[in-house]
Amino acid sequence: MSTAAWRNAINAGAGRLAMGKVVVAPLQEAKPRAIQNPVRLHHVVVLAALLVFPWVASPFVTFQIGAQSLALGLIALSLTFLGGYGGMISLAQMTVAGIAGYMVGIFGTSGTAEISLGWPWWLGVALALAIATLAGAFIGWLSVRTEGIYTIMITLAVGVAFYYLCLQNYSVFNVFQGFQQVHPPKLFGINWRDPLPFYHLVLFWSLAGYFFVKYLLRAPFGIALQGIRDNPRRMNALGFHVTAHRVAAYAVAGFIAAVGGVLLVWYNGLITPNSAGTSWLINILIIAVLGGMRHPMGPFIGAIVFVLLQTFAIDLIDRERFNLVIGGVFLAIVLFSPDGLLGLWAALQARFTRRSGFSTPIGGIR
Amino acid sequence: MRKRALVRTLVATAVLAAFSGVAYAQQTVKIGLLATLEGPFAAGGADGMRGAELAVKQHNGMAGGKKIEIIKASSDAKPDVAVNATRKLVEQDKVDIMVGPLSGGEGVAVKDYSKTQPNITFINGSSGAQATTLVNTSPNFFRFNTEGAQWMVGLGKAALDKGYKRVMVIAEDYAFPYSQVQGFMSEYCRLGGKVPVKAWVPLGGKDYASVIARIPKDVDALVVVLGGADAVNFLNQYEAAGGDKPLVGGSITVSQDILNYKGKRRDSLVGTIAGSPIADAYDAPEFKAFVADYQKNYPVSAGGYPSPSLFALVYYINMKAALDALDAVNGDLSGGQAKYREALQKMTLKTPTGDVRLDSNRQAIGSTFVTEVVKDPQGNLYNKVLRKVDGIDQMLGMKKEDFKIGTRDEPSCP
Repeated sequence: MSTAAWRNAINAGAGRLAMGKVVVAPLQEAKPRAIQNPVRLHHVVVLAALLVFPWVASPFVTFQIGAQSLALGLIALSLTFLGGYGGMISLAQMTVAGIAGYMVGIFGTSGTAEISLGWPWWLGVALALAIATLAGAFIGWLSVRTEGIYTIMITLAVGVAFYYLCLQNYSVFNVFQGFQQVHPPKLFGINWRDPLPFYHLVLFWSLAGYFFVKYLLRAPFGIALQGIRDNPRRMNALGFHVTAHRVAAYAVAGFIAAVGGVLLVWYNGLITPNSAGTSWLINILIIAVLGGMRHPMGPFIGAIVFVLLQTFAIDLIDRERFNLVIGGVFLAIVLFSPDGLLGLWAALQARFTRRSGFSTPIGGIR
Repeated sequence: MRKRALVRTLVATAVLAAFSGVAYAQQTVKIGLLATLEGPFAAGGADGMRGAELAVKQHNGMAGGKKIEIIKASSDAKPDVAVNATRKLVEQDKVDIMVGPLSGGEGVAVKDYSKTQPNITFINGSSGAQATTLVNTSPNFFRFNTEGAQWMVGLGKAALDKGYKRVMVIAEDYAFPYSQVQGFMSEYCRLGGKVPVKAWVPLGGKDYASVIARIPKDVDALVVVLGGADAVNFLNQYEAAGGDKPLVGGSITVSQDILNYKGKRRDSLVGTIAGSPIADAYDAPEFKAFVADYQKNYPVSAGGYPSPSLFALVYYINMKAALDALDAVNGDLSGGQAKYREALQKMTLKTPTGDVRLDSNRQAIGSTFVTEVVKDPQGNLYNKVLRKVDGIDQMLGMKKEDFKIGTRDEPSCP
């Protein structure tokens, strides 16, 4: 967003909507597309591929690669939303997901019958989502007055604090062991943990999350959020409540992460303090950066690459060395394309079509 | 697009690996091997793999007339990672038998996963959580190693023999030390010992000042169940605080790296007793042969330890069980591996530290050592075998209805 564009928008004397057009245009596509039919060929192709995929892939690939990538992608999507469009890098998104996962174990059924309350699954999940969303908003409220590296520090501190809380609390979080055998319910005669149903469950919520974020970014709230990202002081002068918008963004991101967290605990079938430990806080950031923070599609692509590497790197190279492959690929991607895989794609596209609109990456980490 | 190409290569490799596996399934038996090659137990995991490989080498890579193919996977001691790695081995690489994982939490998670794969036989690696074979057991999960509580049997009596009538327990706050403390206390308390204070410290803690301040004057010794860096940190700080009480160690407390530590209190480690499934100085010929074979195959120059670690021994034992049972059924894995499992259940396994049988929960009944730190003429410290206890079952000699899994508060004798 160039200053000139801003000036134009302000000079046009428009309120939020006119500004919105200016903000959205370079973010989404070069030409204003709102009037055209938004469904395009590649949407259909991707959706068809996602639906056909589990029928051709083995149950293992469907479950471990497909479903896990989508669940992790959903959690990373919440970070992309916060970081790419709100300018706030929160390391605590996995913590929010972990809180949701723990709540499912605590309110629902698990192998730890002494702590788990055994309430109906829908009540447990609803409470989990509500509590985790509140926690997300609370983390936002704590960290929203900070900028840049300080936001990262404070959210990292919250994440590590939660990790140690889980590790040392007996009565609620069951210390080191956490909760085992946290499974999705058997509903309509379907075992939702079987690869095929579970994949479709995760696919549904991932698509819902994706379109929700896409919608939100074009809605006044999302546009104001991007305005706040680019110039909070000016937005404040325009009469927007900057802090409230940011906290709301954290709450929205918290909800998305909570949905991902519930799916992830069902995928793993267990949750332990390590599920929300430091390495996972960082992994979510890696996934988001790997895919690229310019578009809600980024985290899902990042998650697929991440999961593929985690699963198969050990087959490429011997024993102790396989982390080298993982690290090398991450390094190469970030080195050659600071905007992640999406940035790489955009650069290729720009090279072939010579369209000028793609040259300025917007929405990276700042 | 190089990344895409890489991804494609990755997938293609995996698919090829899967297909080639099907083609050779007639002549080979695939065994998945899972240990921690990352995270806090990376060194132990690598040695565990050495132990398992040694068992395969001793079988010349054959068992039951079939070629053994080992497919390795790694985790980082986290249960979810362990299950992902196991799932890949079972569902993608199509192994027939699984050996692993290394740590307690992983063991419980893999055991839970094994229930969803009734056609595969799971054999433990070195995980030692009591609950794995006591709570919610799985019919196709076998454990040929004794676990944390069993390893401490005999130590309670040895402590009383040393004249320690009251002790304080200092242990890390998770399942494995609970088991270890239970194994020690159930015997110690029964024979009249008292444990007035138990201090549970977080895993990976750095500051032990508050714990050291809580040590009562009237205890005779400290039971320290800490591992690796935690143990070294505690010893250093206890030394700095002027502590002089003798120590009783857990199975991973008085390991070789602790004995090599250079603090002033080093000499005061002499006389420390501990319980362990392995004792470097055990002089039975089977054990000496095992150590010699390990040293020949994995010399220190090639990354091996001077003497095999606990993980090497335990992985060796479990892999040997997998191969010996294959021999016993001539490689017959038909009928959902029914014959193979029967062979596992009924076999008496010859291990370097004595014979091992399984109980009805498929858990080992075996031997363990009580050791004592002594100084050799060169001034090096090592663990001398004080006593070998045979035939320890998971109930620690108690009746089933009296037995409770160890926790923070169980057992208790203040």
